[in-house]
Amino acid sequence: MTSKAAARSLILVATRKGAWIYQGDGARRTWRTEGPHFLGHIVSHLVLDPRDGRTLLAAAKTGHLGPTIFRSTDLGHTWKEAARPPAFGPAANGLEARAVDHTFWLTPGHESEHGVWYAGTSPQGLFRSGDGGITWEPASTIHDDPQYRKWMGTVQDGTPDGPKLHSILVDPRDARHLVIGMSGGGVHESHDAGRTFKPLVDGMEVVEGFDPAEVTFHDPHCVRYCPSNPDRLYQQNHCGLYRIDRPATKWVRIGGGIPKEVGDVGFPMVVHPRDADRAWVFPMDASSVWPRTSPDGKPAVYGTRDAGATWQRMDAGLPPSDAWWTVKRQAMTADGDDPVGLYFGTTSGELWMSDDEGGHWREIARHLPEIYAVETAQVG
Amino acid sequence: MRVLVPSALQSYTGASWVEAEGATLGEVLGDLDRRYPGIRFRMIDERGKARPHVRFFHRKEAVRDLAAALAPGDELLIVQALSGG
Repeated sequence: MTSKAAARSLILVATRKGAWIYQGDGARRTWRTEGPHFLGHIVSHLVLDPRDGRTLLAAAKTGHLGPTIFRSTDLGHTWKEAARPPAFGPAANGLEARAVDHTFWLTPGHESEHGVWYAGTSPQGLFRSGDGGITWEPASTIHDDPQYRKWMGTVQDGTPDGPKLHSILVDPRDARHLVIGMSGGGVHESHDAGRTFKPLVDGMEVVEGFDPAEVTFHDPHCVRYCPSNPDRLYQQNHCGLYRIDRPATKWVRIGGGIPKEVGDVGFPMVVHPRDADRAWVFPMDASSVWPRTSPDGKPAVYGTRDAGATWQRMDAGLPPSDAWWTVKRQAMTADGDDPVGLYFGTTSGELWMSDDEGGHWREIARHLPEIYAVETAQVG
Repeated sequence: MRVLVPSALQSYTGASWVEAEGATLGEVLGDLDRRYPGIRFRMIDERGKARPHVRFFHRKEAVRDLAAALAPGDELLIVQALSGG
């Protein structure tokens, strides 16, 4: 395998107290730190537009102030706030009006739709921008659909820092084909650019004692499609790991190959950019009160080369013990290089990478605030 | 009237004290937003409610209703309540 790297790699790190950008050399060996950006802001996601290679969007709020989106067209040298950040419309259909607490997830639109972005919020909402993130509009009828609102539940039903709409996936073959995840509320598919959705939850398990036929009980943590085969989706769920190969309509649990004492529950899901049989996860302790730490204090990535039939532990270079962190759902990613680089940020503020597809890990940064999201990008 | 802006919002105004016009809290915040675009949404959500850690004071009294009348010539104090760690 030959080593081929982009002219310049970026790692985009969003944290509970601001954002940082790491600029790599062509070989991904050394990284130069730029930041903090928005020190003190809760930054949920920082994403570069792959269509122009220069527009960055940051989803931000502070402990005191409402949510907004900041936009840069010069790779973070200067920032300007969105003129109209995501906000719900007025109450409709007899439902209670909602307010966006924070934008949680950002996804650039289809390659053919320059300037289109999607945003997922807490509480669950899907928003669309057609002008590169300057103005945002509600994108879906699910906001005011009584059935969907029931499935979304309330703040009481959601994750600890609010229920979320995440994992906005745009089919590279069809700009109108979208998949989203809601925690809670399940996985849903749209064929009209997000205007309407239908549940895609068959085969997914729910917490013991609850009815899997009730969409509201489903909690996908992270869903990804394979760029080399967009019909294949992998999912890290509250109740294990799953794969689906469309047009099949039933998810298949694939985490059985991970040792029982580790378990197949975690937050992130990462797929190989060119091989749909390969994926990586970061299991966490989901026993008893859900510590959400590395199982037994021994962090490890698990990788599969056969679409989930078997999993290999990949922990070379990671602390062998006494490491009680984990990795959140947006905080682990892959680049497009060959060999693939893998990256993750921890709840204790460490940034790790592997430049050999998980074979060996090394630390790039430490002592950052709690890391919420890690993305990579390549610029000329 | 004179409006005291907390540090978290001074990235919009560039100053702690600014001027804004209006007969009610809502009008003053609307005028602030015209002068400093985006500032209102950081304080007031899309339902017209003050965000959880933002408070308004006028003549030493807390003001919660956007329709509340403000005395002309007096000051409006915007305060960020501390939250989280």
